[in-house]
Formats: sequence, C-alpha cells, structure tokens
Amino acid sequence: MKLELKGITKRFGSLVANDHIDLVVEPGQVHCLLGENGAGKSTLMNVLYGLYDPTEGEILVDDKPVVFKDPGEAMAAGIGMVHQHFMLIPVFTVAENVALGNETTKAAGLLNLDATREKIRQISDQYGFDVDPDAMVEDLPVGVQQRVEIIKALVRDAEVLILDEPTAVLTPQETDELLDIIRQLKRDGKSIVFISHKLREVKAISDTITVIRRGKVVGQADPSASPTELASAMVGRAVSLNLDKAPAKTGDVTFTVRNLTVTDHNGQHVVDGLSFDIAKGEVLAIAGVQGNGQTELTEAILGVQPHVTGSITLDGEELLGKSVKHVLGAGVGFVPEDRTLDGLVGTFTIAENMILDLYDKAPFARGVGMKPSVIAENAAKKVEEFDVRTPSVAAAVGTLSGGNQQKVVLARELSRPLRLFIASQPTRGLDVGSIEFVHKRVIAERDHGTPVMIVSTELDEVMQLADRIAVLYRGKLVGIVPATTSRDVLGLMMAGVPAAEAEASASAHAPSGTTTTALPEPAGHEGETHV
Amino acid sequence: MSEKTTPEPQAPGGTTPEPQTPGGTTKEAVASDVALDTAGGQMPPSAVPAATQLHGGDREGSVMHKIFTGNAMVSVLSVLLAIVLGGILMAVTNPKVAAAAGYFFAQPGDLLTEVIRPYTALVQGSIFNWAGADLSAQLYPITETFTVATPLICAGLGVALAFRAGLFNIGAQGQIIFGALFGAYAGFAWHLPIGLHLLVVIVAGLVGGAVWGGVVGLLKARTGAHEVIVTIMLNYIANFLLLFLLTTPAFQRKGSTNPISPFLDPSALFPELLGPQFRLHAGFLAAILATVFVWWLLNRSTIGFEFRAVGANPSAARTAGINVARSTILVMAIAGALAGLAGIAQVSGTEKYLSGGVAASIGFDAITVALLGRSTPWGTFFAGLLFGAFRAGGVAMQAQTQTPIDIVLVIQSLIVLFIAAPPLVRAIFGLNPRKKKTTTSGTAGTHAGGVKSGAAA
Repeated sequence: MKLELKGITKRFGSLVANDHIDLVVEPGQVHCLLGENGAGKSTLMNVLYGLYDPTEGEILVDDKPVVFKDPGEAMAAGIGMVHQHFMLIPVFTVAENVALGNETTKAAGLLNLDATREKIRQISDQYGFDVDPDAMVEDLPVGVQQRVEIIKALVRDAEVLILDEPTAVLTPQETDELLDIIRQLKRDGKSIVFISHKLREVKAISDTITVIRRGKVVGQADPSASPTELASAMVGRAVSLNLDKAPAKTGDVTFTVRNLTVTDHNGQHVVDGLSFDIAKGEVLAIAGVQGNGQTELTEAILGVQPHVTGSITLDGEELLGKSVKHVLGAGVGFVPEDRTLDGLVGTFTIAENMILDLYDKAPFARGVGMKPSVIAENAAKKVEEFDVRTPSVAAAVGTLSGGNQQKVVLARELSRPLRLFIASQPTRGLDVGSIEFVHKRVIAERDHGTPVMIVSTELDEVMQLADRIAVLYRGKLVGIVPATTSRDVLGLMMAGVPAAEAEASASAHAPSGTTTTALPEPAGHEGETHV
Repeated sequence: MSEKTTPEPQAPGGTTPEPQTPGGTTKEAVASDVALDTAGGQMPPSAVPAATQLHGGDREGSVMHKIFTGNAMVSVLSVLLAIVLGGILMAVTNPKVAAAAGYFFAQPGDLLTEVIRPYTALVQGSIFNWAGADLSAQLYPITETFTVATPLICAGLGVALAFRAGLFNIGAQGQIIFGALFGAYAGFAWHLPIGLHLLVVIVAGLVGGAVWGGVVGLLKARTGAHEVIVTIMLNYIANFLLLFLLTTPAFQRKGSTNPISPFLDPSALFPELLGPQFRLHAGFLAAILATVFVWWLLNRSTIGFEFRAVGANPSAARTAGINVARSTILVMAIAGALAGLAGIAQVSGTEKYLSGGVAASIGFDAITVALLGRSTPWGTFFAGLLFGAFRAGGVAMQAQTQTPIDIVLVIQSLIVLFIAAPPLVRAIFGLNPRKKKTTTSGTAGTHAGGVKSGAAA
C-alpha cells in the first residue's frame, strides 16, 4: 500500500503545527520521521490517523484521496498506529485488549475470544513475538506491551504501521528486539513510519529519512549520512555529538556511600551493600539496565526511601535518616528520573517550578510571605540563562516540551551552590539539541568542583559524561571501571559479569563483541562519527 | 388539554439524543488526550498535560481536579443553564402555568409571564425590592442575601482550600457544628467584657473547627485513611454529639424541653451592621476577611505554596523537600477553622443560640459553592453570594408566587451537574473548540434531551 500526504497543514489557533507537509511512504519501506520534540511529528501522524482534521491538504492511499473522520476509518484503510503512551487496558488480557473495538460474540452475548487468541498465536509465531494471549497486560514488561500494540494493528490487517517514538520507553535490549521486528515486518511488505529523534536507531532501520523542523519538512536525508549531519539537519544548526570535556581535576573525596542497603516493601534488597566514593570535580556514572536499583539508590540519598541501612556522608555529615529538606539544604542538587512525576508540578507556572525547593528561602520568601516579583525576576533570568523556550514565565510548566521542562529542573537545581549534584536519566526523552545543552551544564558543574553522580541507562550518555563508571546489577555493584572501558565490557558487566571476567571475555571475542552491546551499530562506528 | 400537550414534546425529546453514537465519546476522549499531549498550551481548558495525568496514577483524583478547577466560562454558563431549566421545571409544575399552556397558542405571553414571575420574585427577594415602602424595605433583600451567604462563604473557603491541597473535604458540616459548639459554649457559659467576649467566641469556634478538621488530616497523614470516608463519618459523629449535648444540662436552655441552648450573651454576638431592622451582622465582614486571608495564604505564602504543590503533585512536592504529612494536617486544620467560622457566623450572628439544626445543610452547600467558585478564594466568595441570593430569594418566591422553595435546590443541583460535565455545557452553547460539525448537530439533540431530562426531574 502506498501512502501519500500532500500539503498537510494543521493549525491550532495561531500555532502552525504542520506547515504544508508532503510525504510519500512506499510499500515495504521504513520511512523515518526525524525531528526534535515539538517539531510536529506526532501531530502529523494524528492527522493521518484520523484523530485531527487537517486544516489543509489531503491524504492519498494508493493514489486515491481519502478522508479519515476517525481512527476507525484509518484502521479500515490499513493504517495502524502504536502510540508513545500505550492505549491498552492494564487489567485486560492480551486477547481482550486485541479484540477490544471489534469483539465477536457467541450465544447469549458472551465474548468469543478464540478466533482472536488464534490470530495472536499466529502473528506471535510468525514474528517471534512470544506473547501469551491470556497474559494480563499489566503483568507484561513494557517491551511486550508494545508488541501487543503492534499485534493489535496487525490483527486489523494494517499495511502501514506508524510507530510514534517507540523506543522512548524501551531498554537497549528491547530496542534491539523491536528493530528486528521492524525488519521482519518490512520483509513481509508492510510499510513502517518510524518517528524518532534517536539517530542511532534511525540510521540502523530507515530506508528513507524525512527531517521535520518547526512543522516543516526541511529535507530528505540518506541513512548513510553521519549522525552529526542528521542532528544538524534536525536542529537547524551545527551540533557536536561529541562532548568536549577536559580531564577531571579531582579534589578531595567529599561524598561517600558505605554499605548502603535499601529494602523494598516485599523485604527484597533492591540496593544491596553498596559502597563508593565521589571526589570533588569528578563525574561518577551509574550504569545498568533499568530496574537494577538505580532509582532506589538516588532516592535513598535524597531521603525518600523508607528502609535504608548503611551510611551516606557528605562533607563528613551523615545524611541517612535526615529529611529531604535537610538533604537539599546540605547542598545536594537532585534531578529526578521522571521529571513530570517527581521533578515538576505540571500545573504550576515556570516561575513557581523554578523555586519548587527554594520557595521558603531568601530571597524568595521572608517569613511565610513569598515575593512574587523576586520569583518572577529569578525565573526570567534562568529562562534566559538556560534557554528555556517559552512565551512567558507565567506559563504552566506542563505546556512545555520535555526538553524545556528538563531545562527548568536543571535551572532550579543548578541555581544554588552545590556540594553534590545527582542527576537521574538527565536526558531521557530529550532531543539532540537539548542533550548537548544538558551535558554541557553537567560538565560545567563538575568543573566547578562539585562531585557529580549521573544515573543513566543510556550507555552512550554514561560513556560521554563519566570519569568513572559504576555498574549496578540487581542492586549490587558489579564494579567501578574507568570511563575508557569498552562498550563490550560494560555491556557484559550490565549483565552481571564481574569486571575482570568481562574484560577477558570481551577481548577473546573482540570481533563479535557487538552482540553483547545494547545498541545495534557496530562499536567501530562510534569513532567515525566523532571525527 | 394538558394531558395531551405533555406527551408531545417527550416523543422527539426521547429520540433526538440517539444519534450520539457510543463510539463517538471514546473517540473524543482519545482525541482530547492526544490534543493535550501534542497541542499543549493551545487548549485553554486544562493546562495539565496528559502525560502527568497518566503518570499521576490517581485517575479519580485528576478527574476531581478537573471538575474543581474548570474554567470560569463553564461556571457562568452552568448557572445560566440551570436557571433556564429551573424555569421550565416551574412552568411544568405550576398549575397556573399548565392552564396557561393549555391556551398557549392563543396567548403565548401568559405562559412566559408565569415562568418569569417566580424569577422576578426571586430577584425581588434577594437583591432589590422595588415594591418596598421605604429605602430600608427596598434594601432588605440584599442584606438578607449577605447574611445567608456569610456561612456559605466561610465553609466554602474551607472546602476550596482543602481541595487546592488535593483533599476532598466533605466534612465542612461536622466542622461547622464543632465551631458552633465551641463558640456557642464560650458565648453563653462564659461572661466576659464586651469586645473580648466576641474575640474569645471566634477563637473558640476556629479551634473547634480546626480540631475536627485536623483529626481528618492527622488520620490521613498517619494512617492513609481516605479523607472522604473519614469526613463523612465525622459529620455523623458531630451531628449526633450536638444533638446529645443539647439534652445535657451544660448545653440545654434552662426551663426548656427543646434541645436548644441558652441565648448567647449580647457581648458574644457579632454587631449588627445596619441597625436592628436588618439581620446583617459583622460576620459578613469576617467572611470578606477570611476570603482575603485565603487568597493571601494560597497565593502569597510559603504555606499555601506547599499546599498547592502537595495538591497538584505530591511526588514532586516530596522530592522538593515539602513535608506532605505536615501539609495535610495543617491544611485540614485551617479548612476546619474556616468552617468553624461559618458555625460562629450562625450562632453569634444569625441564630444567636445553638440548636440541632445550626449547620442546616451549609456544609454540603459549601461543597457546591467551592465547586462553582472553582476553588479560588474570590470565586468561592461570589458563588457563596449567589447561593445566598438563591436562599434569600427562594423564601420570597415561595411567599409571593407559591413556587416551592425546593426549586432553588433543584437549580443548585443542576449547576453542580453542569459544572461536572463541561463538554455538555460547551456543546449546548456551541463552544466546543474541536469539531465544529459535531457541535452544531449535537446542540439540537443534547438541548432537547437536556430539556427533557430537566423537566422530568
């Protein structure tokens, strides 16, 4: 099925989200839409999927113009969509979720799911999905839930599959598996529209790349183009993917963690006997696959985990058992891993979010009275300094794009003198331009002489920022290795293999080392892009 | 004749809403989610991004949040719509109107007159009585409105404040009773100098309400008990405790067999503002001060900042070092104190003694008032005035036109119903920002349907 968008324009009031976008998706192709957050990719796909009426322009399927009034019609025409936030009902089984919307019934109005189960098994076998039709969706890992979404589209005979930021929620391994699935779908003649801003994936999977910037198509790119070229096209200016950072000038060790154990409500040790130090002017990156105790570690330091034993000292002061307010007051800057959940109050203004943990300190308050003019001034200054793109500091922070929201969090946390800076997943969901900015600020803070702890599941990020890398596996420290350690070794360590063993094993299998790394590209490619 | 005319509008009324397919609503819901997600600030009604709502986990909470902080336009239109439907209800139930409707086609003006007359009486009884003999008689209605509005405003502020901190305070009723109980006791049992006495009564009332509200906060913060259940139960306890105490020698009026307290000392009463011919008392000034205080608390104080942060995103508040448990207890105590002030307005202002019905249904109306005021201090203030006007005018309406005062209750309930369903209101007035086509076709259908259901109620 050939899909064509001609001159699609979508306006929301005065905002032009899509401006005369032309796009042709050929059968059996992976067509990638590359663009920063807020470039209008999702809006375009929602137009295509019948969720929005285009203000102008038309959609052609096999050269015939069509109008989709709702997603049902788009589905009937063979278009399937996997949203970034899954549209699944957690307490339903896979089969129930898949059948939802066109359920068949037996006598007495009972659901007939047998046909659906059979179809799910068939698709699952064909593509190696390994999905049990009777599993409850809420019990499935995110990667498998995504496959359920894909099955939903395939059951309805989708010929064109739109994947909106499909890897944003996946671990590196799951990402790999998804890319394999996409290749198989392509082999079967399905067209894929892959929306992303992650260059590595885009390069690995695309046949055609359309770059969108500020609602306009700015050009086609070849998948063989270098990541720097792609990033520059996307952002609209030259960007450097390689972080220039001077070697760390480390000072005294001021932050120490000894024997830290966090017990969850099931009595499991989610962080198990962790000990490490961070010196002034040094970045320690905590690497590991999501869910190996990183969240609990950072929360234990902040003081929001209930059952913690061991010791956490900053400048000789014990932080364990102290209130969050005390810990923050001791000079800890904290960027939580989920900014919308823990970092920001979405309905508050940017100005208010800029002082979310400083609201009762001078100069923003005297006694219990707050000073709105000082708060607004502070926000205006920070918005300028951190390049937060917003019409006004009085805008609700929830209306900002992810990158700008993260800048607000960083602006707040870096705006006071720090003795320790902790950032969890500092660039999750951010586009290239914002990532570059965030990384520079983190290194700037390090160069101020602040001990920095970065928690990231992105190996790229870990390797770029770290002076030393600590690898966590099931709450235990696998080892602390220098930043120069190869991806292969780190990949093995993230699977729980001790450093020395990983080193030996990686050098023995050097040529085929890519299989153990989380990312699809050959490791050798990395050097090339950084020239 | 009337039998013949009534079924007629029902037939089209019953069928027209049908074209709204059930599938349409789910699609709209998805579309609105996506719209929030991608169009961001372009959609004025809610600044909360869909992502936060999804991550928030507490879906019920976010729905409640939307209802309580919806936009002003919806509030105003809801009132308008409720008044129109109330008018139709009056028309249908009034025997005179039924007669008028019989010859409707001959004299359409008569029907309209019969509908307008009760509302005219309502205005006359709540704002300005142009038929009054002298100026004081003419102004009496508006002072009545202020008097009746006073406890509604205070208790409404309590509900609104708690709501801004993410707590659904159903317990204003109990808190009013406790405020009245403490205040009344200080008012009739102690005999203090003028000036000081009233101050002590007010403080006692504030403390009473604060204790009863604070208990809720304490239970919620320490044990996680849901405030809705706790407040409902505490309402019962307060109510029956009051009825019991009024039969004990400490509270019951000497020589009376009725469960009522002695009159409060004159020194314990709010001064009359406009002389003895009006009931308006200084409690109304206290209500204005309370509104200013709540505004300052929420918008200008660090305590209010904590309340709002905890209400909007407790996780982020906790991560920012805000003590969520302390905020919960404190906000419930202050909310209780505000409701307690409503109790004082009753015993020290309007009633001058304590009775089992001291709180009437103020505590529940306060929820509606806060809802209509979108949980903002001044919104609550004006919503309280409106409800005060309904109450004050309702009495006049019943006296003059024999329209039952219950119609006022129906109008109040309709207001809540419409505020809780903003898309319905927007659709009826053709304000739906999204699909213009569906709006126009939907208007006729929903309008007819809405009218029908209103009439049936």
